Formats: sequence, structure tokens, C-alpha cells
Amino acid sequence: MNSLETTDSGLQAWANFKGSEWQQSINVRDFIQHNYLPYTGDDSFLATATERTRQLWVEISALIEQERLKGVLDVSSDIGTSITAHKPGYINKTLELIVGLQTDAPLKRAIVPNGGLRMVEAGLQAYGFELDASVKEAFQRYRKDHNQGVFDVYSPDILACRRSGIITGLPDAYGRGRIVGDYRRVALYGVDFLITDKRREKSELDYVVFSEEILRSREEMSEQIRALDELKQMAASYGFDISRPAATAQEAVQWTYFGYLAAIKEQNGAAMSIGRISTFLDIYIDRDMKAGLLEESAAQELIDDLVIKLRIVRFLRTPEYDLLFSGDPAWVTEAIGGMGEDGRTLVTRNSFRFLHSLYNLGPAPEPNLTVLWSNSMPRGFKDFCSKVSIETSAIQYESDDLMRVHWGDDYAIACCVSAMRIGKQMQFFGARCNLAKTMLYAINGGVDEKTGVKIVDGFAPITAEYLDYDEVVEKFEQMMDWLATTYVKALNAIHFMHDKYHYERLEMALHDRDILRTMACGIAGLSVTADSLSAIKFAKVRVIRDEQGIAKDFAIEGEFPAFGNNDNRVDNIAVWLVETFMEKIRKHKTYRDSVPTQSVLTITSNVVYGMKTGNTPDGRRAGEPFAPGANAMNGRDTKGFIASGASVAKLPYHAALDGISWTATCTEGALGHTLADRVSNLSNCVDVFCDANGFHVNVNVLNRDTLLDAMEHPENYPQLTLRVSGYAVNFIKLTREQQLDVINRTFHLHF
Amino acid sequence: MIENAGVKPAGAITPACVDEQGRLSGFVHSFEMGSAVDGPGMRYVLFVSGCQFRCLYCHNPDTIKMHNGRVMTVNSVIEEIDEYASFLRFAGGLTISGGEPLMQAHFIREILYLAKHDLHLHTTLDTQGFLAAHLEDEWFDDVDLILLDIKHIDPEKYLALTSKPLQPTLDFARRLSAMGKKMWVRYVLVPGYTDDFDDVEKLADFVATLDGVERVEVLPFHKMGEKKWEELGFEYRLKDVQPPSLDLLKRVIGQFRERGLYTC
Repeated sequence: MNSLETTDSGLQAWANFKGSEWQQSINVRDFIQHNYLPYTGDDSFLATATERTRQLWVEISALIEQERLKGVLDVSSDIGTSITAHKPGYINKTLELIVGLQTDAPLKRAIVPNGGLRMVEAGLQAYGFELDASVKEAFQRYRKDHNQGVFDVYSPDILACRRSGIITGLPDAYGRGRIVGDYRRVALYGVDFLITDKRREKSELDYVVFSEEILRSREEMSEQIRALDELKQMAASYGFDISRPAATAQEAVQWTYFGYLAAIKEQNGAAMSIGRISTFLDIYIDRDMKAGLLEESAAQELIDDLVIKLRIVRFLRTPEYDLLFSGDPAWVTEAIGGMGEDGRTLVTRNSFRFLHSLYNLGPAPEPNLTVLWSNSMPRGFKDFCSKVSIETSAIQYESDDLMRVHWGDDYAIACCVSAMRIGKQMQFFGARCNLAKTMLYAINGGVDEKTGVKIVDGFAPITAEYLDYDEVVEKFEQMMDWLATTYVKALNAIHFMHDKYHYERLEMALHDRDILRTMACGIAGLSVTADSLSAIKFAKVRVIRDEQGIAKDFAIEGEFPAFGNNDNRVDNIAVWLVETFMEKIRKHKTYRDSVPTQSVLTITSNVVYGMKTGNTPDGRRAGEPFAPGANAMNGRDTKGFIASGASVAKLPYHAALDGISWTATCTEGALGHTLADRVSNLSNCVDVFCDANGFHVNVNVLNRDTLLDAMEHPENYPQLTLRVSGYAVNFIKLTREQQLDVINRTFHLHF
Repeated sequence: MIENAGVKPAGAITPACVDEQGRLSGFVHSFEMGSAVDGPGMRYVLFVSGCQFRCLYCHNPDTIKMHNGRVMTVNSVIEEIDEYASFLRFAGGLTISGGEPLMQAHFIREILYLAKHDLHLHTTLDTQGFLAAHLEDEWFDDVDLILLDIKHIDPEKYLALTSKPLQPTLDFARRLSAMGKKMWVRYVLVPGYTDDFDDVEKLADFVATLDGVERVEVLPFHKMGEKKWEELGFEYRLKDVQPPSLDLLKRVIGQFRERGLYTC
């Protein structure tokens, strides 16, 4: 391949950068390792928002408030979206340092009919808009969509599972998301270099046997090259030539953002992470600073401006979707910090700047700022993170020490907790299935406990008056086998069709050709199921059946240990559940030979899953929400934060490589008497959680009275942010049920 | 060493208590892992039961009667703590609170010794010091920090508030100062009871004369104990008292800070 070093633009763009491997072939990690400057100090260097930043934020905030009142501000319902479909749009052209919007106006949502025309129509209808007739005709008469494709192949067992809610949230009618393009490549190499490299990759497959696999790959690469061309055109419409590499910090931010913008113009994936860009961009900022071209305040301005753009990413969703993934999230996840494989920290000044945007602009749920926590990170950064958590409740922590072993030191987080090597790995997102309901199916011989409809054939119900642990476990395992079979079938169908009808051209153009694919399954209801089995094992559980013989309720005689108290008797049951279901998933053939993984993550769907599940043997009432993610059931983790975290930390990452989510909420006073005490205590707590192999923690430092008041007076809390399972939300954008769920969750008064 | 030497010390320490196998035991109310407000860092707090005081604002009235606790041996207590020892070593340590720990001085002494020498933990003792005159200086060897609760500076008001005399606490404070022990002085701010400007001035003056006071903690009165009083069938006499306002809290903190005391 032609190295850019030989061209003028390459020389200027790469001046003073060290290393050679990254100049010969695409290797952003190599570039970072040779050029970044670790920062081990504290937050004292940071600059406050400039007047320009403040004014821009005020202008967009007014629109955000209008949007809150209407639900959706505006929709571009006359154009099926694409990278180049919309004319340039601005918030305020004279104020913006970084430009580019998804459509021609801020907060105006695009429609993405490739995913499914029905969903577009439902989304438009919900907010009082109408689909343009020509778009409708095009997709009804000339173009098939992803959703149609999936339902063409679904089997009756899959449809029954969807209906009963044992499997929910499947991406069969919306973009699967969870793919992270390496948007940094746009800045480092310029688009022409990337096109040349894609052509090279494709030409390597010119003279091989044209199997189905090769043909698919060749077609995909042609689409990727087309998408890269469109990316250039889109940037040109804003007045930028991004065929060449970025030469300044401002260009690097702008180029990277253009790459991301093209992705969110084309796709409405459930989670559209931006990746891990802060330390990469720091290299450009540092170079400009050394050249006297940039000072701290101007550097912070660039990041603040980018963050404003990332805060207004919007997709058109349906009310059903909002029930599962509440608060209008886009999961613009940015992974920050961590350690390099050589032992140097990957924390730079820019890691601080991204977090500092939460002060300069006030708290917000997006971008989903995710700290890759390592016990080896500098204390100055740890303490700054803790301070940000205490003052904004807007960030989450994931164990870099666990992930680095599996994914190296240049991975990002897709969505909430899914690690993937950037540009080298993607996942087939599989939502999650309902473990608690599966257990009830085992008890009821495949009959749904809510509807009385037989969902699974060939299983006999348990008829004993008192549940016997061994019998329940044996039947539960068989039912898990059935569930895993049906679940993987559904996912194979979905992702086959998504690749075919709703392929992520631009995001995949920013990947290598040969990548690792994972099949990301998931489970909901871990703690309620573990507690149920604990009740059956350590207390006595009597079944109360209706006249049809369906187990409708359970009477518990005696005490049983609950998950979340660092008690091995029940924690081991939870570990067993995670490992057992993973084994059952692994038995199946997966689409594109993807590697099966699973997550213990619910997002806000724990509320919907609870609604769809009857009384459970742990005493939970029908309809009551499950705990989110890997959390203990509400109010049952009575021994405080450390004990609760110790239980979660026992869940093995090797059996849940797509992530294990824990949300911990405490009051400010519980962390200590002074801010300095609180900061130090929180840093130590995250350290100990990671030290115990804990994977993820959302930290909320909140006060219940504030939340109650915000329910009554949302207008007073436009930026009240809190973490739920794997992401952050504006509290006032949650449904009433979800607000109550958050308020009813355990607030640790002590840690 | 002890002022007023020759005067009979106040109160009485419970004799050493052993279980049927002869192992040293005591009465434990509860454990709390992860408190951030009972000494430096994150604390494992052991609440023992039994207290001679009857403080009107007591927020743990269920710990007053020693026999409300469950009997545990020293070793079983140490085993419970050991589970979290590696965390506590870098993030905080052990705090013994109550009730009034000094009532069970034999039991507590042994726990402190093992926590210090076997588990290598930072140790903190939360006490009002009423019984301290019964104990030799060596008793305090394994205590790194004393949280000294001074509930009032006026002897009469102290008696009305707690049902016991003030002097032993003041004596203990001076003794700790002379011994070179580190202290955090704790003062519960109850509107109408402990908020008098001149009283706080006197207390702050007194505290300022002590060596080894690292911090003064002004703890705003709260009503979380009210329900417990009702459950125990006791009359809660502070029903109509509200938590202090932020302004009052700031004023009192300011009075300590004026004397150069680190106060929060």
C-alpha cells in the first residue's frame, strides 16, 4: 500500500508523530502507543466553559426543553435517511466549533426504513407525524426491510416466546446497534487512505473460490467503499475535505466526529457508541499546545463542543421501545482511562476534559461516559472520577483489569458493558431472555403462568405440594436447554436478515475485513431466580395451584439467604445459573460462526420483564419489577454496599463476557462527612470492587426526596441525571413506573 | 495522671463474661460493614449493646439494654471482621461503637488486641468515656483513634440530657490529651438542647485546650431513632424537635473553626 508519508498532506498531518508501523498499515493502537502522553496529576489544570460554549449550550437547552414537552421536536418524515440524504444543519453556525447534525436541524429526527417500515410508521404516529407517501411506496413496493425478512423465517416456537415475553426486546424490528466503528481512523488516515486499504482487502479475495461467505464479504466491502465515498461527500457539504488526514486538533475532533455522524445518519442502532477517542485526540491537542497553537481553555472548548453534539443524538422510537429502553438513550458510549499493556496508564489530560464537560455543561446522560477502572490508575484521576460521580451521578465504571486480559488495551464499550477490540470485533446483539419465567415454565411443564397457554410441548409439570430443590433444578435445566435452542434460532434469523437488509456499511468500513464476531445473548432476572432457588433449598416452599393445576403462588415457610449479602449459600446458586445457561448457549451453531457470550444486563427492561412474570417462589409478587442487571432484589441486600458488591463480584466474567451490570445507589452522607472523605472513600470502594473481580458499577449518589420532588416538578430538574443498568438517563424522561422503580430501589445509607 | 485521683470512678464495668467453654464473650447488638461516618475511611462497625446513659436523642435506643444483644465469643467476632480485612486495611478499619463499649471493657480489649495484632487494622473506639477511669493507660494501647462524644459542656444540662454526670468525660478528654492519643470530638447538635451560643463557646474553648484533636464533628440531630423508641415502648421526648437548620449548623461549626479546630 502507498504510505501517506510520501505525500505533502501526510507530512504535515503526521509531523512530529513517532512510530512507523501505523504509517504502513491501519493500526491506531500503534499510533497511540507511540505518541500519547500519560497524565498522572490531578484536575487543577482544567478550564471552565468559555462564553461561547455557554451560549451554545443555552441555545440548545431551550430546544431540549421544547422537545421534552412534545416528546419529539420534529421528524424528517419525507426522506429515508442516508449519509448524504440531508443538507448541512447547524445549531448556530457562527458559534459552533465542531459541526454536523443528523438531519438539517438540531433534534430533528430521521426515519430509517431499512430497519422496518412498520416501526417507522408506529414511531411517527405516536408523536403525530405522517410518513411521506413516496417513502412508503418505495419500501412497500420496491424494497424489503429487515423486519420483513426476520418474520419471513421466524418459526412458531419463536413467535410464541415473543408473545409470552420469555424473550423480549429482540432487535428484529429496529437497528441492532452495538457496533463501534473506529472513527479515529478517519482523523488519522483521511478517507482516501481508508478506501485504498479497503480495495486492497477486497482484491485479496479476487482469486479465491467464490463461496457464499466470500461473496458476502466482497459485496459488503463494495458497500463499505461506497459508504466511505458518501462520508467524504457529507463532510464536503459542510466545507471540509476529509479525504486527507486531520492536521490539527480541531480537525482531528471534527474528522472523528464526521465518521461517527455518518454512522448515526445511516443507522439507528439500539446503542451507537463512539468508542475510545479521548486519549487519541489528546495526542493532537498536545501537539498543537506544544506548537503554541492551542491553550487549555481552547482545548476544553473543542471537547465541550463535541460533547454538545453527542448529547443531541436522537433516533425515532416507538412507545413499546421506550418501555424497554427508557429515557430516549442512544448509548453514545465513550470509554475513558484504563492502563496500557506496557504498564503505562492510558489516562491523559483529555480523559479529564471529557469528564469535565459534566461541569462545564452540567450533568447529562449522554455521552455515556464510562471509566475503564484499573487499580493501577493514578490516584489523581481516580479521585476526580469519584468527585464527578458524587456531584453528577452521570458516569459508570468497568474493570479494565478484567477486560484488558481478554481484549487488550484498545477496546471500547458498546452500549453499556460490552467490550470489543476497536475496529477488530463486533457483536450480534441478542437482547435477553427471562430466567425467572423459564423457572416457572419448568414448574408448570411449559404452560405460561399468566395466560395458561401451553408454550412448550413435551414437559411434565411438577405436582408435589412442596418444591423439591433437586427436582426443580433438573426440570429447570431441561427448560433452559429448550430456551437456549429457541433463543439462538431467533438470533441467527435476526442477524442473517440484518446483514442482508440493514447492513452497517459505514461502521463496518471502519473495521478490518477479518474480525471477531460474538453472539451476545443475555439473561434477565438473575437475583429473583437465585433467591427463588435459595427459598426452595433453605426454606420450604409450598405451591398454590389454581383449578387448572398451574402454580399461581408460593407460600414460604422459614428463612432463606438472599443474593446481595455476600452469603455463599445463595451467591453460589447465582454463579451456577450464569455458568449453566452459558454452557447451554454454547452448544448451538451460531450465525457466521460467532462466538457465543452473554450479559447480565437489563437496561430498564427489568420493569417490563417483571410485568410479564407471575408470582415467584422467593415471595416476589406478580408484576413486580425484577432487579436491574445483576443487582440484588430491592431491599434484600441489607448488609450494605460492600457486601452487595461482593456478591455481584462473584459472578464469573468468563461466563458472561458481554458484561455484568451492577447499579449502586447511596446518599451523599453515607460516603462520609466531607467531600474529601467522600471522594477518598468512593475511590477505595471502586478499587475493592475491582480487586474482587467485580466487572461494572454504576454509582449514584442521590437523595430520595430530590427524586420525589422531581417527579412532581420536572421543570425544576432539567438535568437531573442518574445511572440505571448500564446507562444514564434524565430522571424526568423516565415513565412513572420506572421512576417509582428507581425510587423504590435500595439506597445504601451505609456502604 | 487521672485528675481528681482518689475519687471513686463513676459507674461500673461489667465483669468478664465467658461462654460454657470458658471463651471470653460479650453482648453484640449488630455489625455494619462499610460505614463512612464512623472514623477515617470505610469502617467495619461493631455495635455492642449496653449503655448506662439515657440520652434523650439516642438514635440507637435498642442498644441500651446489654441483654438485648446476642452473646458472641471474641473469636467469632474476629472471624466476621476477617472476611473484609484486606479491604479494611487499605480503605479504613474497625470501629467499635454501641451502646457504650467501655461497659464490656474485657471483651472489647481482646477484640482490639486481635484486630490490631492479627488483622493489622486501624482501630477506632467510639465512647463517651464515662467509665474510662476504671481502665489503665495500657488498656488503650491498641486504640488508634478515639471518637469522643461530648454531649454537652454544662454539667447540669449534661445530666438532664444524658442522666449521668459530665465530669468523667472531661477528665477522660484531658487524660487522652496527656497520653498523646488521637481524638475526634463528636457533638450532636439538637435545637433547643445543645445549640446555645455560649455553651458551644465554652465547649469549643475546652476542646481547643486538648492536644491530639484531629477533627471535630458536629452531627446534626435526626429523627431516625424515633420509631425505635416507639417500638421499644419508651416515650420519645424529642418528638417536636426538628433537625437543625443549615444556618445553625454553619454557626456552630464556625464556632469551633474560629479556634483553629478542623471541624465538619
